[in-house]
Amino acid sequence: MLDDFMTRATLAGVGVAFAAAPLGCFVVWRRMAYFGDATAHAAILGIALSLALQISVFAGAMVVALIMALMVTHLAGRGYAIDTLLGVLAHSALAFGLVAVSFLSGVRIDLMAYLFGDILAVSRLDLMVIWGGAALVVGLILWRWSALLTSTLNEELAYASGLNPKREQLILTISLAITVAVAIKVVGVLLIAAMLIIPAAAARGLARTPEAMAGIAAAIGAISAVAGLQGAYVFDTPAGPSIVCVAAILFACLNLWGWRSRSGV
Amino acid sequence: MSLISVENLQVRYGANTVLRNVSLAIEPGEIVTIVGPNGSGKTSLLRAIIGAATPAAGQIALRPGLKIGYVPQKLHIDPTLPITVERFMQLTDRVPRATCQAALETAGVPGLLKRQMSQLSGGQFQRVLLARALINHPDVLLLDEATQGLDQPGSAAFYQQIETVRRDTGCAVLMISHELHVVMSASDRVICLNGHVCCEGAPEVVASAPEYRALFGTGTGGALALYRHDHDHTHGDGCGHDHAHADAHSKEHEAAE
Repeated sequence: MLDDFMTRATLAGVGVAFAAAPLGCFVVWRRMAYFGDATAHAAILGIALSLALQISVFAGAMVVALIMALMVTHLAGRGYAIDTLLGVLAHSALAFGLVAVSFLSGVRIDLMAYLFGDILAVSRLDLMVIWGGAALVVGLILWRWSALLTSTLNEELAYASGLNPKREQLILTISLAITVAVAIKVVGVLLIAAMLIIPAAAARGLARTPEAMAGIAAAIGAISAVAGLQGAYVFDTPAGPSIVCVAAILFACLNLWGWRSRSGV
Repeated sequence: MSLISVENLQVRYGANTVLRNVSLAIEPGEIVTIVGPNGSGKTSLLRAIIGAATPAAGQIALRPGLKIGYVPQKLHIDPTLPITVERFMQLTDRVPRATCQAALETAGVPGLLKRQMSQLSGGQFQRVLLARALINHPDVLLLDEATQGLDQPGSAAFYQQIETVRRDTGCAVLMISHELHVVMSASDRVICLNGHVCCEGAPEVVASAPEYRALFGTGTGGALALYRHDHDHTHGDGCGHDHAHADAHSKEHEAAE
């Protein structure tokens, strides 16, 4: 069954959607959307370094994404507004990454594949990495769910309940780095943030509890992956962007529907 | 032993010392109110007690196994986060629905269980926060300006609720308020804070203390002037603060009313 490239691609897409959904909810609730971008852009630098050092792309991307995420967390609230800081770091990381790639003489790399993903080339090993990473992220978030939610709602409330919001923030940061690293092959650096945010945002109108929102986001993400790949196959369009397009269309439809039912048309 | 005892607490943010030499103790079942102008370190004191701020010096001792119910000053729920009152109540402890219902009744807002937090009025919201704090039967309730954003009848009703809660559950209450005229009747003890403990005692004692008057002016309640007391508190020269902001504060106070 796994011999078929479409099957592997679909499984890869669904795996990323499952990891991205609960994490994406926290990214949306905590207004960290740009944070996802910064982490993802840093991954390009990680890819260049891992090719230069001849280590696995997944490991390189994850380490640099993690360093980036930790740096942002550490620098936040020290002089610059967080969006300014993220703007500086995200775009510099992307620029340094692209420059670093150009130094790699002798290695021919398809930059487009990393920027926009190459889900159709996913191997069995990639699939294991993606599902392993997704399981780790989902496990981490499920384990810390209540603590993460309490810290997101109010820091003092978390402290009074004996939790450490800084530790919970670190767990989100690590999960984000893992998700970025496993999602690079599927949707690419430029569209990872879309897979985090769009399904979560689309699920908002349908959910009455945080848990429901994460579940619905996972479903929307998985539908987008499956439908996007089918669309890419039928219309011969690039696969990663097609997945994001389906998610965006679902977001628009759900919002229009919610708006219509609220205004009683 | 005291539920909470604070000794010579000092809290600093960078080079800025917001609290120095603060000592106080909270005994079982009493209602203690902390009053003080903006920037006097009231919130920092509460943050230090719950462990959100690290003391630069001094000690905070909680009775072993002390259960704290905390009501934050303001809880902003991002509009993208859907959450029902019931789910909010179960945030840290997975308690049964009946327990949630009982806590909501104690807080004076029965029947909100299925509502979205975002649909509640200001008064309902604060009472749900109170109910959540009561859910694990705390030994002490900490409230940080819990009536911010409520009108005067609303906050008066809220403080009456606090008194009822104390009567019914026997928990101690430590609260911050800038509305001494509202909390007066409910408090057993008032601590006037301005970076350090200016004065403390029964509400009527504090209200007529010169230190309190200097901070808040006399406009806060003509009725309070009727109280007579022997004030034995002396203000050391070493504390190094002046009360020049008293005017600005009383203006602000009038504007708020």
